[in-house]
Amino acid sequence: MVADAALATEVVDLAVTPLRELNQRLHEVARSGAGPSRWRVVNPRGAHAVACGLDAELEVEIDGHVGYYCAGMNQHATVRVRGNAGTGLAENMMSGSVVVDGSASQSAGATAHGGLLVVHGDAAARCGISMKGVDIVVRGSVGHLSAFMAQTGCLVVCGDAGEALGDSIYEARLYVRGDVAGLGADCLEKEMRDEHLAQVRELLARAGIDDVEAGDFRRFGSARQLYTFKVDNAAAY
Amino acid sequence: MTDTLHPVSPPVAEWRPGLRESYLFDRNVIAEIQRAAREGIYDIRGFGAKRKLPHFDDLLFLGASVSRYPLEGYRERCDTNVTLGTRFASKPLELKIPVTIAGMSFGALSAPAKEALGRAATEVGTSTTTGDGGMTPEERGHSELLVYQLLPSRYGMNPDDLRKADAIEVVIGQGAKPGGGGMLLGHKISDRVAAMRDLPKGIDQRSACRHPDWTGPDDLEIKIGELREITDWEKPIFVKVGATRTYYDVQLAVKAGADVIVVDGMQGGTAATQDVFIEHVGIPTLCAIPLAVQALQELGLHREVQLIVSGGIRSGADVAKALALGADAVAIGTAALVAMGDNSPEYEEAYRKIGSSAGFYDDWQAGRDPVGISTQDDELASLFDPVLGGRKVANYLRVLTLEAQTLARACGKSHVHNLEPEDLVALTIEASLMARVPLAGMQLPLLDELADRVAARVNR
Repeated sequence: MVADAALATEVVDLAVTPLRELNQRLHEVARSGAGPSRWRVVNPRGAHAVACGLDAELEVEIDGHVGYYCAGMNQHATVRVRGNAGTGLAENMMSGSVVVDGSASQSAGATAHGGLLVVHGDAAARCGISMKGVDIVVRGSVGHLSAFMAQTGCLVVCGDAGEALGDSIYEARLYVRGDVAGLGADCLEKEMRDEHLAQVRELLARAGIDDVEAGDFRRFGSARQLYTFKVDNAAAY
Repeated sequence: MTDTLHPVSPPVAEWRPGLRESYLFDRNVIAEIQRAAREGIYDIRGFGAKRKLPHFDDLLFLGASVSRYPLEGYRERCDTNVTLGTRFASKPLELKIPVTIAGMSFGALSAPAKEALGRAATEVGTSTTTGDGGMTPEERGHSELLVYQLLPSRYGMNPDDLRKADAIEVVIGQGAKPGGGGMLLGHKISDRVAAMRDLPKGIDQRSACRHPDWTGPDDLEIKIGELREITDWEKPIFVKVGATRTYYDVQLAVKAGADVIVVDGMQGGTAATQDVFIEHVGIPTLCAIPLAVQALQELGLHREVQLIVSGGIRSGADVAKALALGADAVAIGTAALVAMGDNSPEYEEAYRKIGSSAGFYDDWQAGRDPVGISTQDDELASLFDPVLGGRKVANYLRVLTLEAQTLARACGKSHVHNLEPEDLVALTIEASLMARVPLAGMQLPLLDELADRVAARVNR
């Protein structure tokens, strides 16, 4: 571990520092309210659970690819991955933001309650599964069953969406610019009104994406036909 | 069950000479077929399996005699403490008694009912457990030791609560519905429940049957690793499974890094599940315990990874028998609700008004519980006194412990964990085979006994 004085950034090399030590030091900042606020993690080498459980306004930059559950349950912190991320990126995030320069594996943003997740590449299957308030912006495409049982929050997909988008969706809003391979049960296309255009514009701006027009997106959401268990819907179950 | 399914109120048919009821199509079967024909939808209900199953009643203890010394009741110590989470957690859970309160959600249960469970557990030095829907401040406030469940739905899952918990339970399944998700019906979704779950009020809430961010045992290992990282390796991590392929599930959960395994037999209760699921999926608690113990023993981790067993625990005898078969602790759910007043004859009139009867009430999904336990109706919930309810559950937990101690002393054990399969015999062939203890009157577990007899005959 060395201090990068020029940038006032704490640098942690996961090639020599155990993951547990890194996470505990990051947690200690939240507990004590003291310590560096800018961190750089090098040589992550696909490690799982990097920078998870953060609970302070830290800026953490990870230089390379990460494994499962990077920035899991994030609160307040800004985590940037200069590479690709494995399964469950920013799962159950509560607040703050997580940005991935590359692509994310499946279940990115799963069950996340808040904050902003930006994937500049593609996100695989089940992106935004059971999302509970998070906003997710994907520069590329998302895989099948994305926004499965999505409850609230927004998923903005600048590319295409795979099969069964929004299956069993509740109140989340889905915006897709490209093709949708298919909609899941109880998900349908809805009118893009001014408020939705404004919302997409705002989310793209927060994600730092300025070469995409909000007017190119279509909106999808719940038909609300499966909200109450009815035998008339048996064919849909 | 709905009032139309089980018309428990008169007229009740009386037997007269010449009338013969079909065993195959008895009155319950006829009523269910006709209910299904009327309503066109399966029956959803609470409670656990109601069918007769091989259970602890089919086992007996061999008290001490010439070959064993008993311990003096009321005098000689028979300890009951249990430590959970000694494998990896830096802060294991220390319980004074080997009986814990199983996970039951705020949503399924009213806030005062959850409070009562916390009060009771705290009073006797054991833990209680959250459920689907997250942790309420009342629950945390009244529970000295609280296990926080990580369920597939992740309703209310919050890292602040995770850090406040004393242990974390990764729920993969429950005995009433292994392989099934949950359903909290719309009429139990109050403003508070809806807000905790990030869903609109009044709609049916599905609880997912699969975790959203992992699949299979290899992923589970990584997930457990994340939970440990988030909580700085302090909290014991339990993995709860419904009893099905128990031997394999336990081995895989241990391989994934669990500190504690919770096995919930098919008699385990539920707040709302299809009757067909409750009665036809899973295996009885009696045979699940030896499977789990075998898995742990083969890994050399029996007692190092603790085993909690639930599903049909009613008495101290059940507790003692589960421990003798190799469990470290048991968990109670249905029995705790009954202890606090569920199905009490005191409420017979109120039960009849909603088409049920004391001793039969299982409409926990409906939210009309006249006792105020399985409801989110403020008026009904206000009928339930959490202080009194807590005292009743605490009394009941004490009785369970005293009874288990009584049996352990009779077998000469100075700690309830010293009970062993050798202290047990079975009353039925099924129980002997499932529990792997001798049939009463035989010396060895049934298959070993038969093998010995065959060998003796061949060698004769």
